[in-house]
Amino acid sequence: MTATVPTSITTTTTPAGAASPAGAALAASETLTLAAEPPGPPGAVGSMSITDVSCYYGSHLAVADVSLEIPGRAVTAFIGPSGCGKSTLLRAINRMHEVIPGARAEGSIELDGVDLCAKEVDPVAVRSKVGMVFQKPNPFPAMSIKDNVLAGLIIRGQRPRASAADELVERCLERAHLWDEVKDRLKKSGDSLSGGQQQRLCIARAIAVQPDVVLMDEPCSALDPISTLAIEELMRDLARDYTVVVVTHNMAQANRISDVTAFFSLASAGQPGRLVESGPTGQIFSAPKVAATRDYIEGRFG
Amino acid sequence: MSVAQTLGKQPTAADAADAAVTLSASRPSLARRTKNRIASGAVVCAVALAAIPLALVIWAALTRGIERLDLALFTNSMWGVVGQGGGLLHALVGTLLVTGATALIAIPLGLAAAIYLTEYGGQRKLAGITRRAVDIMVSIPSIVAGLAAYALFSLLLGPGTRSGLAGAVALAMIMIPVVVRSSEEVLRLVPGDLREAGLALGSPRWRVIRKIVLPTALPGLTAGAVLGVARIIGETAPLLLVAGFTDAMNYNLAEGRMATLPVFIYTQWSSKGLDTAAYDQRAWAGALVLMAVVVVLQLAARALPPQIAKLRRNR
Repeated sequence: MTATVPTSITTTTTPAGAASPAGAALAASETLTLAAEPPGPPGAVGSMSITDVSCYYGSHLAVADVSLEIPGRAVTAFIGPSGCGKSTLLRAINRMHEVIPGARAEGSIELDGVDLCAKEVDPVAVRSKVGMVFQKPNPFPAMSIKDNVLAGLIIRGQRPRASAADELVERCLERAHLWDEVKDRLKKSGDSLSGGQQQRLCIARAIAVQPDVVLMDEPCSALDPISTLAIEELMRDLARDYTVVVVTHNMAQANRISDVTAFFSLASAGQPGRLVESGPTGQIFSAPKVAATRDYIEGRFG
Repeated sequence: MSVAQTLGKQPTAADAADAAVTLSASRPSLARRTKNRIASGAVVCAVALAAIPLALVIWAALTRGIERLDLALFTNSMWGVVGQGGGLLHALVGTLLVTGATALIAIPLGLAAAIYLTEYGGQRKLAGITRRAVDIMVSIPSIVAGLAAYALFSLLLGPGTRSGLAGAVALAMIMIPVVVRSSEEVLRLVPGDLREAGLALGSPRWRVIRKIVLPTALPGLTAGAVLGVARIIGETAPLLLVAGFTDAMNYNLAEGRMATLPVFIYTQWSSKGLDTAAYDQRAWAGALVLMAVVVVLQLAARALPPQIAKLRRNR
């Protein structure tokens, strides 16, 4: 992913340019065309602002009054003890919480100035702009590796023609650091891959539909340390073109990969989770403002 | 680990010593070994006892049916035959047509109901009603299904209407709950992860069902459908009532009586002519053909679902 990449950008005629790896000048010029497309503040590239968001399961308040700025094209980590609502908030960002009966969210989550939570916004459209990678790798078992990458298009009935499909598959698998390992067995089932490879395949699948944001819900918790390292490198790399939000229980991981860290906690079991503090990762880990954050990071809590 | 630990007590040194002693003398006592042998023997006997009728049926059908298992059996109908000769082509064709029509009615309806129950129904009232209705349908006696179809077609097309299609409608009433149950079970085996992954790619739910859930479950769905067909292909009573019987070929499902294999077997046995041996032989040959069709279907269903077995393991 070095010298050849910028040339491939000019040949791939993808709109919005979300999937194009960055060269600084190029990114700037694309930003202008991108900003013209969605009605957002100029220069916005996948930045999100979460305002007064509360999430409910039925009458149970799971997350209360979260307000948080998520910078575009950077990695933001959500950390905190189990049950603090970080996964719930993550799912609310691409409205996957609506899949769970009785779950709802209040407040607004703006992506480049567009409120994703607004009633008139189609959740299906939101999810094509905000992709998701899950805790357990979940490639589609009835599909080949290649079709897994194309799955987003196949499901929508937009399977591209052969040459365009091959190009897209190669580009996404390259981007997910998986191409070299699978290029000779694209027709095989995704089940034949190792856990770490499957997770990278899921990442390739998520970016193939050209989202602006990639959400990751503990993407490494089912993986061994070596696979975890590969995914961590990939997350850093993805942040050049996508806004990455990752939920993790691994403090060291949050410290290694994220630009911004948000710490969530809850007063006690059954209480709603709240955002305790957020800020640049370096500051959160070296000089947190709130004592609870320092206790958690130093392992004296949860 | 010691017994004390599994009982939730704090293990002590004494407990550990006890465990060591019982382990060194751990050969089961004579009484336990005897009991074990008797119980094993009883179980084997019970299995053998249950298998005897199966073996007898296969033996009887094979030895008596084989005499008439000739080419003429598959190339002739019973039209104008009163003694030797004749065949069951008309009944075989009838069974294939009626069963095919039944499958065409029951599989889409049953699958649709199963999709509703697993993907949309959830805890809704209609889902509960549907589940209960399916439970009741499973236990409807087949003759009642036949009577219902008979009444329906009498109302629509005039009293006493008999046709292959009416037979198919009756059989569909028996097959639909079988398909619903097996499909529902298989669809539930498709992990929720896959549905979420599909939705998270930005596609509507019905497309996720069509492109992800159904293809993943396909081998199991097929197996369920085949078992449903095997279940109804031997039904006699409703067909006797609404499809009737004929000695002649009938390729038209919509009109006229249509012979089927089970009814063929029944009529050969129940209304013999003067040469009773010829009728008996044809009945046994028909039984043999019907059993062969069912066995082939069952084997096909078993050969299909390796992928579903994998889903079960991964759950």
